[in-house]
Amino acid sequence: MTRQQVLDLYFMDARSKLIDIAAFLDRVDRASGDADFRLKAFRQALTELQKDEAIRAKGVLDSLSDPTAEPIEKAPGKGAVGAWPGSH
Amino acid sequence: MVSRVTDDYEAMVTAGCRAVCEPAFWAGYDRSGVQGFYDYFCQLTDYEPKRAAKFGLPHFTWLCINPKESEDVKLADEVLSIIPHFLSRENVLGIGEIGLNKNTRNELKVLEQHIDLAARHDQMILVHTPHLEDKRKGTRLILDALKADSRIKPERVIIDHVEEHTIQMVLDEGFWAGITLYPESKTTPPRAIDMFEVYGGQRVWLNSACDWGRSDPLAVPKTAIEMRRRGHSEETIDALIHGNPVRFLSQNPRFTVR
Repeated sequence: MTRQQVLDLYFMDARSKLIDIAAFLDRVDRASGDADFRLKAFRQALTELQKDEAIRAKGVLDSLSDPTAEPIEKAPGKGAVGAWPGSH
Repeated sequence: MVSRVTDDYEAMVTAGCRAVCEPAFWAGYDRSGVQGFYDYFCQLTDYEPKRAAKFGLPHFTWLCINPKESEDVKLADEVLSIIPHFLSRENVLGIGEIGLNKNTRNELKVLEQHIDLAARHDQMILVHTPHLEDKRKGTRLILDALKADSRIKPERVIIDHVEEHTIQMVLDEGFWAGITLYPESKTTPPRAIDMFEVYGGQRVWLNSACDWGRSDPLAVPKTAIEMRRRGHSEETIDALIHGNPVRFLSQNPRFTVR
């Protein structure tokens, strides 16, 4: 596809999602209390969008991933929360 | 599909689906003992094929104790011991969906036991990779466990739920990569097609999730529509959404589609 075709197909959808992200961050700012590690991880992942290479989706996923290599001793629960609580 | 209503089978047939492959997975709660798994395997190999057959949809299945219940190694041992009893059922394709959930030592131990079971019984393997922040690490651990067993042929194993940060490592190791389509988590149709366009379609297949939560049994046919919007040919679409799964699954002679 040409860039024009990609824009014609996906611009409105991406625009909508971009505004949703902006509104989400505004909502967080307006709310009270402390944020947990997910907000910092989210803001860090957003920086991946500014990069020039066409590997931004991978960059965002990597940014939100557990970077360690060894199995853990015991499961803290069954679910995942979408971000890793440690520091990359 | 134990988590779906019969209408979903009818909708899939209406949309052109030719077969359904259902992995053993979490019930949404932990089963209290091995008898619960025995009953579940009977459901997967007896009742569900009949329910799907009412709509002309061939039903196949994979058997295992899923990673979310693998933290209990004693229960896992008991479940592993009854799986061979079901491997001769005519709709069983292999062992799955095995893998990891939170990347624990116990989960890894049970994964290795499943790999051994598959090797001893010459079974194909379907692998579940962990969710969200656990996926990249878990995928690496799973690939290492599979590669450590020289009896395992990568071309007979599909690593499911790949995303942009894991697909390359799966293909590099010679395995098939499954892209699972979900409305929210995992992969949307546009992202799935992006991966197909970037990484090629030689060992890639798409699958719909038919889960307890929000999921869409028609996600694959809807992705075909999205591919047409991008200008992919009917031949390319058919090769990806029908030809590839048939090519992989036909390694098991039980798998046939009309």
